[in-house]
Amino acid sequence: MIYDRSLLSILVFLAFVAVTLGLSFYLGRKAKSSAGYFAAHGQIPWFVNGVAFAGDYLSAASFLGICGMIAFSGYDGFLYSIGYLAGWIVALFVIAEPMKRLGKFTFADALDAKFQSRGVKLTVGISTLAVSLFYLIPQMVGAGVLVTPLLGFPHWVGVVLVGSIVILIVVTAGMVSTTWVQFLKGSLLVVFSTVLTAMILARGFETKSGGADGYEFRTLGPFEVVPLAMAMAGNEGDFTVPGQTRLAFRPLPAAWNEAKLVQTIDSETEEITTWSLWSNGKLESPPEGGVYLLEAQSVAVIDDKTHVNGKPQVLGKHDLHPVGHIRELPDGQTETGSLGLLTFFSTLQQSEVVLWGNKKLKDADGNDVTVYFQKPTPGSQVLRPGENPTFAGIRSKNLSDKLNFLSLMLALFCGTASLPHILIRYYTVKDGAAARKSTIVGIASIGFFYVLTLYMGLGAMTSGSLDVTNSNMAAPLLAKGMSEWLFAVISAIAFTTVLGTVSGLILASAGAVAHDLSGFVFKQKLNDAEKVRLAKISSVAVGAIAIVLGILFKGMNVTFLVGWAFSVAASANLPALVMLLFWKGTTKQGITAAVFVGMVSSLTWILLSGDTYKDVYGLDPKDSPVPFSQPGIVTIPLGFVTLWVVSLLTRNKTSAGPRT
Amino acid sequence: MLTRNARIGLMLFAFYLLVYVGYVLINALDPELMEWTPIAGVNLAIWYGMGLIALAFVMALIYGYVCDPHDEQTPGTKGGDQ
Repeated sequence: MIYDRSLLSILVFLAFVAVTLGLSFYLGRKAKSSAGYFAAHGQIPWFVNGVAFAGDYLSAASFLGICGMIAFSGYDGFLYSIGYLAGWIVALFVIAEPMKRLGKFTFADALDAKFQSRGVKLTVGISTLAVSLFYLIPQMVGAGVLVTPLLGFPHWVGVVLVGSIVILIVVTAGMVSTTWVQFLKGSLLVVFSTVLTAMILARGFETKSGGADGYEFRTLGPFEVVPLAMAMAGNEGDFTVPGQTRLAFRPLPAAWNEAKLVQTIDSETEEITTWSLWSNGKLESPPEGGVYLLEAQSVAVIDDKTHVNGKPQVLGKHDLHPVGHIRELPDGQTETGSLGLLTFFSTLQQSEVVLWGNKKLKDADGNDVTVYFQKPTPGSQVLRPGENPTFAGIRSKNLSDKLNFLSLMLALFCGTASLPHILIRYYTVKDGAAARKSTIVGIASIGFFYVLTLYMGLGAMTSGSLDVTNSNMAAPLLAKGMSEWLFAVISAIAFTTVLGTVSGLILASAGAVAHDLSGFVFKQKLNDAEKVRLAKISSVAVGAIAIVLGILFKGMNVTFLVGWAFSVAASANLPALVMLLFWKGTTKQGITAAVFVGMVSSLTWILLSGDTYKDVYGLDPKDSPVPFSQPGIVTIPLGFVTLWVVSLLTRNKTSAGPRT
Repeated sequence: MLTRNARIGLMLFAFYLLVYVGYVLINALDPELMEWTPIAGVNLAIWYGMGLIALAFVMALIYGYVCDPHDEQTPGTKGGDQ
């Protein structure tokens, strides 16, 4: 079975949490002032800060989401890796040093350095809160996803657990402990991912017909098309599968036929099995090989009880089988032995891998059934872009699909340098040179990790350890296939990954409230201790909101949600940041308008997009009023144009008028 | 008037942007090209993708090496009229 709760995993997990909390309490004693709380007194060594960048950045979406997407659809997840890393080039070459020089504690400081405007602080503070909350949702959802199989708790317990621990960390010590937690997590993530990759290469590939539990998925056939189609239709009341005297097709609604899925019942055991129809070519005109029935897996809800593969689910005894195998290796090999960094790809390129698709249907009695079916896929197709629905635009002839892809890649490129929890890390080092050096260390660690994601994802795809229902667990389950110890450590690191990123985000939000928004709300200036107290209260409040959102958004795709955060960040923050640095005509009204328009337009676009219609509201995506789902290609330029126009209109007024 | 470091940064940024745009446009306009296996049986999608990651690191090192540590003036605020 896929998830057996193990004492070792729980012990390692608890040890990680204990060390993280212990570190926080210990370091918390050093951060009493607001300079200590928000920016660690600017005294974090640049190397530590650089690795902490990796800790901040390599969130649940990177580790769990990207590896999962690669494991289930191939190369496409790597497009996220490339976009996420390329964004650091904007951060290093354009943003890093000026950010350090202009600001003090928060991103709003930097934008407001020239103007001392309450309007700028208010708008940027709100944008920081909005982006951080958007980014928090997938992290909290990821926490629930992890804790469920690891500790056997329900989703909401995982979310509450992470939320509570993070609030404790942030309230205890602020930026000092958050930085060291990130350093620890960033280092462990890179080191253990390297270990995992080395083990994948040492293991190599082997052909199988099933997963790590030893179950071999059956293949029936080849069948000739006409007799098979007649049997499926019930030829004169005879549903017997050709050549299989005990097996008969079950009558099912037409949607099953359209999805090329069938079910059979065994006349002796009454066992119900789901199959997918497959051939090497088109099913209507298959090549000489004919048509095959490949065993699928099904989850049905009958009378409020979950049935797996036709029988009631019994956790740990009768459950879904783990999946992920290679059907054919080049030159008829059955195993390759250890592989090199390049031969890993070239071997896979010439192999045939079994990917898994899924389809939600209703059976003849009206019960909801989800079928997970095999999709034998040439390795050359697995290693090319454009197979996952998120990146369907690559192979589509439709202009709006192409624009959707370009828009996503633009948002990934521009989003990194606009994320508040990344930007505040420029204030934890002493000067611009240290900010530059720590960004270089960050790029090295993050880039190296992203290279590993392709090996880990493809390793998981062929590991026989995947859970067909949950792509986010691909990396931890890959580790489980290697060793129980590695699973325990990788899961604990993944959990710490969520802890670290959530800490950074809550701190960024708390900084926005205490530092940027408080000046607008409270007439008199808060002193140092009051600011820290307000930040701690804000941390508890933001943490509580994040917990609620994490529970509400259960089941949403983690990477998809992160894409939202990147789009909003890039649209709201980047135009203001870039124009402030490189156009001296920028006015405070221009900045306020650009941040406001970028934030509102991107949020509105996302809420009206086809993806949101489908995944959040459960509506038909065709009814969406926007032509494609990713807003960046429209809303980022809109932010720039808004800033330019408003600055031109208000330039003289600002020069002559008093500062507000 | 930009500082020396900022000018170097913008030049390197422009170069990387070109290479990144090339990658994205090939994917969008001619995805079949990404399936081509130029060297060692590994396709262009992997070579180009890994190359973009490696290039980011190499350019970051170059930037770190050529930047003047004393060049600390803020670009954009210099000569501004606000």
